[in-house]
Amino acid sequence: MASTATTPPAPSSAQDAPEKLSLLEKFKKGDEAAFLITFASALTIILITCLLVQRLWADSALSRHAFGWHFLASSDWDPVNDQYGALPFIYGTVLTAFLALIIAVPVGMGAAIFLAELAPRKLSNVLTFMIELLAAVPSVIYGLLGIFVLLPILRDRIVPVLQGVFGFLPIFKGAFYGVSYFSAACVLAIMIVPFIVSISREVLLAVPQSQREAMMALGATKWDVTWKSVVPYAQRGMAGSIFLALARALGETMAVTMVIGNVPSITASLLSPGYTIAAVIANEFTEATGDLYVNALIELALVLFAVTMIINALARLLMLGMKSQETAH
Amino acid sequence: MMRPLLLMMASAITISASAQVNITGAGSTFAAPLYQAWGSDYAKIHPGTQINYQSIGSGGGIRQLTSGTVDFGGTDGPMTNGQLYLAQKNLGTDVLHFPVALGAVVPIHNIPGVNANLNFTGRALAGIFLGTITRWNDPELTAANPGVNLPAHDILVCHRAESSGTTYVWADFLAKASPEWRAKVGPPSVRPRWPVGIGGKGNEGVAGFITQNPYSIGYVELIYAVQNKMNYGQVQNPSGKFIKADLNSVTQAATIAMPDDFRVSITNAPGPGAYPVSSFTWIIIPRNPKDKTKAAAIKAFLTWGITQGQRDAQNLSYAPLAKSVVDKELAALTYLHYE
Repeated sequence: MASTATTPPAPSSAQDAPEKLSLLEKFKKGDEAAFLITFASALTIILITCLLVQRLWADSALSRHAFGWHFLASSDWDPVNDQYGALPFIYGTVLTAFLALIIAVPVGMGAAIFLAELAPRKLSNVLTFMIELLAAVPSVIYGLLGIFVLLPILRDRIVPVLQGVFGFLPIFKGAFYGVSYFSAACVLAIMIVPFIVSISREVLLAVPQSQREAMMALGATKWDVTWKSVVPYAQRGMAGSIFLALARALGETMAVTMVIGNVPSITASLLSPGYTIAAVIANEFTEATGDLYVNALIELALVLFAVTMIINALARLLMLGMKSQETAH
Repeated sequence: MMRPLLLMMASAITISASAQVNITGAGSTFAAPLYQAWGSDYAKIHPGTQINYQSIGSGGGIRQLTSGTVDFGGTDGPMTNGQLYLAQKNLGTDVLHFPVALGAVVPIHNIPGVNANLNFTGRALAGIFLGTITRWNDPELTAANPGVNLPAHDILVCHRAESSGTTYVWADFLAKASPEWRAKVGPPSVRPRWPVGIGGKGNEGVAGFITQNPYSIGYVELIYAVQNKMNYGQVQNPSGKFIKADLNSVTQAATIAMPDDFRVSITNAPGPGAYPVSSFTWIIIPRNPKDKTKAAAIKAFLTWGITQGQRDAQNLSYAPLAKSVVDKELAALTYLHYE
C-alpha cells in the first residue's frame, strides 16, 4: 500500500493543466530531466575544480606576494631561512612523468593491440583481468617493491649496461645509487601501464566490425587491418588513455618519494636523485610550521595544477595538429 | 547462568553512570605507539576516560593545539617562543610542556670489510653531513677508531626526506657539536637545508638505502634500530666518552638541570654516561582550557603517564624519565587546579 503512494502521478493528472503541459510533458519524456541531472553532475565537477583553484590561490597568497614569479625560477628551498623556489620540483615532476610515458606507452599500446586484436579471446580475458588487478595495487606497495626489488636490479644489472653503451651521453653520466629520476620513472611506468592497456583495449574492441571487414575485403593481412584500419580509428581513445596515465604520473606521490632520492636539485643525468612536487608536499606539509612555509607548499600544489593543465593542453594541441595534417594529405 | 549476565549489566551501568570523557590528542609520530599503549592501558583502570591520538607529526600537533581542535598535542621538539605567543593569543591561555618519555637517534653505516660499530665525534658527524669530510679514512674518523682499517672511499650520506622529529634531534646535536654546522645550516629544524646527501622516506627508507649502498651513512631512531636488530655507532659526548645508545645512557642524558617550563634540549648533555643525541618527547596542553572536566581528566592522565605509564614506555623501548624530572613535573601538575 505504501508502494502505491510513492509511484509517480498518473499521466491523466497532467492533462488537467494544459498550460503547464508542454514543460511537464517534456520533463516526463526524459530529455529535460536527463539534461538537468547530467548538467548538475558536470557542474559539480567544474565547481569542485574552481573551488580547488580558488582555495589554492587564496591560501598561497603570502608566498605569491613574497616571491612572485621568482618562485618558479628559483632553485632555493630552505625552510630554515624561509626561502622557497619551485624549479627543481617542477623539473623532477615533468621529467619523471615524461620518462615514464616513454617507457609505458609502447608497452601499453603493444599490449592493448595484442589483447584486443591478436590474442585468442580466452587468453585476452585472463590477461586483461590481471592487468586491471595491477591498477588496484596501492602505490605504497609499488614504492616498497621499488626500493627492495627494482632498485637492486637496476643498480646491478640494467644501469651498468646502459652506462656501458650510452655512458658518453650526459643523461647517463655519474654515479648511480639506486634512487634517481630513472628509478622513479620505471616505477611510474609500471603503475601507469595498466591504465593505458585497459582503456586502449576497450577502445580497440569498440571499433566497428565493418571497419575490419572493409580492409579484409581488399585482401589486407591481419596486421594490415589492425595497424592501418583499427588503430587509426581508435586513435583518439588511445590518446585519451595516455592523458589519463600522464595525469596519474604527474600526481603520484608515495611510490615516487620512496625511490627518487628527494634531493631538490637539477641535473642532466637521469641517474642522479631528484624530487617532485607531489613528493615534497607529502614529505613536508605535516611538519610545516610558519605561515610562509605552508603557503609555499600550497603554491607548489597550485603549480602542479598549472603544470598538469599546460601539459594536457599541449598534448591536445599536438593531437589536433596531427589530425589536421592527416586531413591535408 | 545469571551471575555473569548480572555482573555485565552492573558494570555497564557503572560505566554509563560516570560521564564518559573523550580526550583527543594529535602530533608526534615518534611517540604515537606510546600514547596508543597508554590510551588502552589507562582505559582499563579509568573506564570513564577515552584517549584518542592521531599521529600526524609534531608540526601538525602544534598547529592543531594552537587552533584548539585537540585537547593535547604531542611534539618531539619544544614549541618556539613565536609559536607559544600565537597559541596563547588563539587559546586565551598559555601552553605548558610536559616531557613524557625519551628517545634517541643513532648513526648507522655500511662499510664493506668493516664490521665494528664505529666511534663518531660530533665534529666528524657534522663534517660528514656538511660534506667537508668526504672519505671514510679522514683523520677525524681514523683517530676516533684506532685499530679499524677505514677504506679510502667516498662517503655516501643519507638523511630523512620528510620533515621529522628525528631529524630535528640530529640537527640539534650537530648544531651544538659543530659551530661550522650552525653557521652553514643554521638552527635545528625538522627539515634543514642539507648540504649533501640523499633523502630516504621514513626510518625504513634510510635503513633500506644504507643496507643497499656500500660506504653509506645515515641516522635512524634508536627504537627503529633496536626493533630491527640493526648495528649502530657510538657517539662522543662532551665528557669525551664514546657512548652507545641504550635506555640507560639515554635516561642519563635527561638528568640535566630542568627549566621551569620543561622546554629544554638534552642533546650533548654533560654527564660521563649520557648519550649525546637524546631528546624528550613532550605532551603540550593549554594551562586553563574552557572544559574543566576534560582538563581534570587530562591532568589525571598525564600524572598517571609520567609515573605508572613509564612501564609502558620501557616495554616499547622508549627510555623512561629520570626520577628528578618526574618529581619536578608532579610538582608543576599540582599547580593546575580545575574545579
